[in-house]
Amino acid sequence: MSTSTLRGRRRSQLGILLGPASAFLAIFFLCPLLIMLVYSFLEPGLYGGAEWAFYPDNYGRILGFANPEFEDYDPVYISIFLRSLKIALITVAATLLVCYPAAFQISRLPDRWKNFALFLITLPFFASLIVRLFIWVLILKKTGFANMVLAGLHIVSHPLELIYTEGAIIVGMVYVFIPFMFLPVYASVEKLDWSLVRASQDLGANGFQTFWRVIFPLTLPGVVGGSIIVFIPALGNFIVPAVLGGAKVMMLGNLIEQQFLGARNWPFGAALAMLVMAAVLAILFFYIRFEARRGDDAPVLR
Amino acid sequence: MGTHIVQLERATKAFALPEGGTITALHGIDLDVERNEFLTLLGPSGCGKTTLLHAISGFVQLDAGKVRIDGDDVSDRPPHRRPVNTVFQNYALFPHMNVGNNVGYALDIAGTERKERNQRVGAALELVGLAGLENRLPRQLSGGQQQRVALARAIIARPKLLLLDEPLSALDRNLRQAMQIELKTLQAELGISFIFVTHDQEEALTMSDRLAVLNKGVIQQIDTSRTVYDRPTNAFVASFIGASNLFEGTAARSGGNTLIATADGLRIEAACSGGWKPGDGAAATALIRPEQFSLVGPGAKGPTIGIDIEQVVFTGLNFQIHGHTPSGRRIVAIIAAVRQADVASAEADGKARLGYDPAAVHLLPDDGTAAAEMAA
Ligand SMILES: Nc1ncnc2c1ncn2[C@@H]1O[C@H](COP(=O)(O)OP(=O)(O)OP(=O)(O)O)[C@@H](O)[C@H]1O
Ligand SMILES: [Mg+2]
Repeated sequence: MSTSTLRGRRRSQLGILLGPASAFLAIFFLCPLLIMLVYSFLEPGLYGGAEWAFYPDNYGRILGFANPEFEDYDPVYISIFLRSLKIALITVAATLLVCYPAAFQISRLPDRWKNFALFLITLPFFASLIVRLFIWVLILKKTGFANMVLAGLHIVSHPLELIYTEGAIIVGMVYVFIPFMFLPVYASVEKLDWSLVRASQDLGANGFQTFWRVIFPLTLPGVVGGSIIVFIPALGNFIVPAVLGGAKVMMLGNLIEQQFLGARNWPFGAALAMLVMAAVLAILFFYIRFEARRGDDAPVLR
Repeated sequence: MGTHIVQLERATKAFALPEGGTITALHGIDLDVERNEFLTLLGPSGCGKTTLLHAISGFVQLDAGKVRIDGDDVSDRPPHRRPVNTVFQNYALFPHMNVGNNVGYALDIAGTERKERNQRVGAALELVGLAGLENRLPRQLSGGQQQRVALARAIIARPKLLLLDEPLSALDRNLRQAMQIELKTLQAELGISFIFVTHDQEEALTMSDRLAVLNKGVIQQIDTSRTVYDRPTNAFVASFIGASNLFEGTAARSGGNTLIATADGLRIEAACSGGWKPGDGAAATALIRPEQFSLVGPGAKGPTIGIDIEQVVFTGLNFQIHGHTPSGRRIVAIIAAVRQADVASAEADGKARLGYDPAAVHLLPDDGTAAAEMAA
């Protein structure tokens, strides 16, 4: 059999295997995305809906080139975007800080305890997100548990403003996203070959050198993967800021939700959503570049 | 500065087992390794070979006893501060680094200047026959090449001692034999001591200056290959190294020689020139190596054993005759290929008479437990 027909068959097999997933993504992801993209360039109707006319001012409102006849540029949108970016990055860093050492500890437990620990990590999924977040409200509010403890220990004389702050949002986000960070990080830590660590020590490297030269590079794929899985939904999240940020601290997700459901300005909401999308695509682009560089010299399967 | 590069003093290590209890992997081991020596550790799986290496490299902390390297007590030093490098059983090459960075790792850690580092990496790769492969990744190499990279990586920092934990076990037979010779040559060239772990007795016999046979965390015998083979100190060593015919029985004097009378009625005559000499009535085991037997005719002088032949195997160099005595005891004899005619006629008869020289019979203190274990 010639290689070309073999390759042809491979290709058709690939088509069959990837077909359903591709069709699903095309219908339920690409189409809505395109619709959003089109909407973001339409003129908002006076009482909701959209007028069929090219209207770049949705973006102008956000980025500063609005035609003042129609829309006003307001720097608040950029600052909300930057705040969302900051909160998402802090969330990534904090979940990583919690999960990375924990993954090492758990991967070295005996099997029985390991499974129990993994069960504990996934336990929060069994309760509703809203319920879990409202528990944080009970903890953080003025008369809540945290203030009670602080007052009881005479650390503070007046209750602190804990809830409806950026800090509260970050605490909530970290709490929600820990399992998402933990699983990919744990997968790569669990895979780590400890004989390589021994080889490194044998060749004269101390703990710190071994970590930077061997352990960290080999677990980096899990760290990068977990960071992306946390960063993307954290950037657009609106439930956590809605519950724990209240009316005081808003993130992009809340803004978008408001435009669609409250202000009924779909085109502007779509433009904001595209902004999130652009940030996510940029991140994914770098991720793919990273993966490609790592896989460059991998034996190519033909 | 003593003459020994490594000294273990009563090294003891027990591991706690997950199911409770402990297992003693090292049982008060005393071991002196000479400078410039090729020492092989040989023993069955689980006898403590890796643990012994790890005690020297520092990955195992001894419960009791001392490790000295070049005269310094290193018992409490972590692995990265011991002047010893290891070739690991699975090579343990860093998968994310190319060959050059793998080999140069120890120098990079030590902060060796770039130019010298590159030059030494090149030289080390050349030494193992992989010049110019710096930019390959480990997964792009064959098993034998990975083995050589691991070797180059371990010797580049010029350790005082190289530890090798079954480094050849993953290679095929031809490559393994080639590497055995290369390792010996390399050791002579580098002028450092090698401690080489294997559970392949043939490999152990060919490679080592000295051979330490380990069982259950105890060194059974340590001596030159030749002595361990010819004069094993107990039945375990005798049966672990090379094929052997062992006859347990009771000793009795007869003229200048000793007779071992076995329970099934055989009488084995031994000259006991050198080595252990049992007293009258003592329990003893006689060892006759298969190649000590010869085919003899009916009226032959000297002691003989008659067997029924089960199978004759021609190996190219010689004939292996497998048989048993009338009482059912298994016997293996190796007869030179030039005696083809005699072997053929014996095979036709189904019977053979095996002669041996009493001077070639080696006597061991009876330790039936070890022999029974080997058979199991
Ligand atoms: N970390 C450990 N925890 C518990 N038991 C251990 C540990 N390491 C080794 N052992 C036990 O100690 C004994 C000696 O092990 P060791 O690895 O030294 O054997 P070995 O001679 O190298 O065997 P092999 O030829 O199979 O590699 C074995 O019974 C093993 O089960
Ligand atoms: Mg071992």
